[in-house]
Amino acid sequence: MIKLIGVLIVIVGFILKFDTLAVVVVAGVVTGLVGGMSIMDILTTLGNAFVTNRTATLFVLTLSVIGMCERYGLKDKAVDLIRSIKNASTGKLLAIWQTARTFASAFSLRIGGHAQFIRPLINPMAQAAYVANYGEPDEKTEDEIKGLSAGTENYGNFFAQNCFMGSSGTLLIVSTLTEQGYDVTALDIAGKSWYIAIASIIVGIAYALIWDQIFKSRNAKKGVN
Amino acid sequence: MADIIAQMSFSAKVAEVFYVVIGIIFILTGVKALNDKDCPKRVTTAVFWFIVAFTFIAGYWLKAFDLSWVIGLCVVVMAAMSAMGMVTQSKSDVPTAEETRANADKFGYKPFIPPVVLALSAVLVATFWKALGSNNAIGVSGIIGLIAVFLIFKPKPEYIVKDGTRLMDNVGPISLLPQILAALGSLFTAAGVGTVIAEGVSAIVPEGNLFIAVAVYCIAMALFTMIMGNGFAAFSVITVGIGIPFLIAKGADPIVVGALGLTAGYCGTLMTPMAANFNIMPAALLETKSKYAIIFSQVPVALVMLTIHILLMYFLAF
Repeated sequence: MIKLIGVLIVIVGFILKFDTLAVVVVAGVVTGLVGGMSIMDILTTLGNAFVTNRTATLFVLTLSVIGMCERYGLKDKAVDLIRSIKNASTGKLLAIWQTARTFASAFSLRIGGHAQFIRPLINPMAQAAYVANYGEPDEKTEDEIKGLSAGTENYGNFFAQNCFMGSSGTLLIVSTLTEQGYDVTALDIAGKSWYIAIASIIVGIAYALIWDQIFKSRNAKKGVN
Repeated sequence: MADIIAQMSFSAKVAEVFYVVIGIIFILTGVKALNDKDCPKRVTTAVFWFIVAFTFIAGYWLKAFDLSWVIGLCVVVMAAMSAMGMVTQSKSDVPTAEETRANADKFGYKPFIPPVVLALSAVLVATFWKALGSNNAIGVSGIIGLIAVFLIFKPKPEYIVKDGTRLMDNVGPISLLPQILAALGSLFTAAGVGTVIAEGVSAIVPEGNLFIAVAVYCIAMALFTMIMGNGFAAFSVITVGIGIPFLIAKGADPIVVGALGLTAGYCGTLMTPMAANFNIMPAALLETKSKYAIIFSQVPVALVMLTIHILLMYFLAF
């Protein structure tokens, strides 16, 4: 049981928000010590594994391309594209955006972010679509639309990023499994990640359209009263 | 040294070249800090990036000469410097809103092309140039992407460095997390941690019931991610402890278990205030009345997605 102390250190360290790298390294060193390894053995194992797993940091090679595309107006054009969506309901707007966001994420296009897209663009458009159909939302509804808008960013980001071979998540999976003796490549992992990316689009669209119905029926009731 | 090089495969030689390039990017990130007179921690920040660069450039050779402990020591020093707040962001050449707008008006939707070229060329190179290896394909795709950028925008070459180090600095030391976590996984295995977790889990999972084993793995990924707020950390612990002994060792396809395992963890990310970057800070940014508005909205999607993960993993992996 004492061997689990490393797992405990990771859990407690992350909960208390200690420095992430230090938590992981301390967990590794302590685990080695209670497992009966000498300091030299631990440093050697750690060093060997760090060198072998340089693959997990290969995404650095793609940063220049991505950064330069931002300089040449990637985000501005994404904003133009979204603004051109006209006359959509709140749910339909969010469904279209999430689909676009998901594919962008799969192709390493950095068009997203709560600060860059959701607050200045997606949420105001989603709120405006509601106002156009039903008038000013109450506080609860406004919060719900904000939650839905913010969620689209997370679904698109999380569930599609591994479709890109050079994403850090994909490389983490590859290096973890390779380190444990299984021969998997970034191409394999990226290929199998499409199932979940597609599933997340279907679930996201369904969820957004269900909310359209919820808003509709709520306002219909109000109309009767 | 020459005889070591002679023994390396073509793919290993190319990989070392790319690691040297990554090392140079780290060095340039350090130089950027050193040149920033307003950066309060400029010297220690630069030293940090130089050490990281050293591990990337010299790592293979130290390992070949049985000096891996030097790299291990570097990792410990890097973690200590990060923990003591000795590494900060330095000033980057951030393009102004006017500059990006003017470029957007001039080039239209062309900035979408290079990232797509990047993603597709990685897949094509990995598929059709097997001898090169899948990992090197990512490096080659970076070069092809850069060529696309130069053909389309004819930028000043200095932007390669300026925009590359800007993004590198934005991510910061945390960019090494996947690599360090994979190393943690190997220490866990060397010390027998996986075996201990596996003994505990075998009490819950009935022998031979693969569906329950899949469900336990996916749910454990989500729960651990909720507790730690970090899917990457959960992945290395739960995959070594549950995924490998209960799924892969029983014949599950490691590719499916790995690919779906990490995103099963992300279902947990959607439901936890521990993942403040994704759920709490954006709520503040959107000025919601409830600071959990985003989490409430995401819970139904997260639960449906987790169910889909369990079903997909069960049907695809066996």
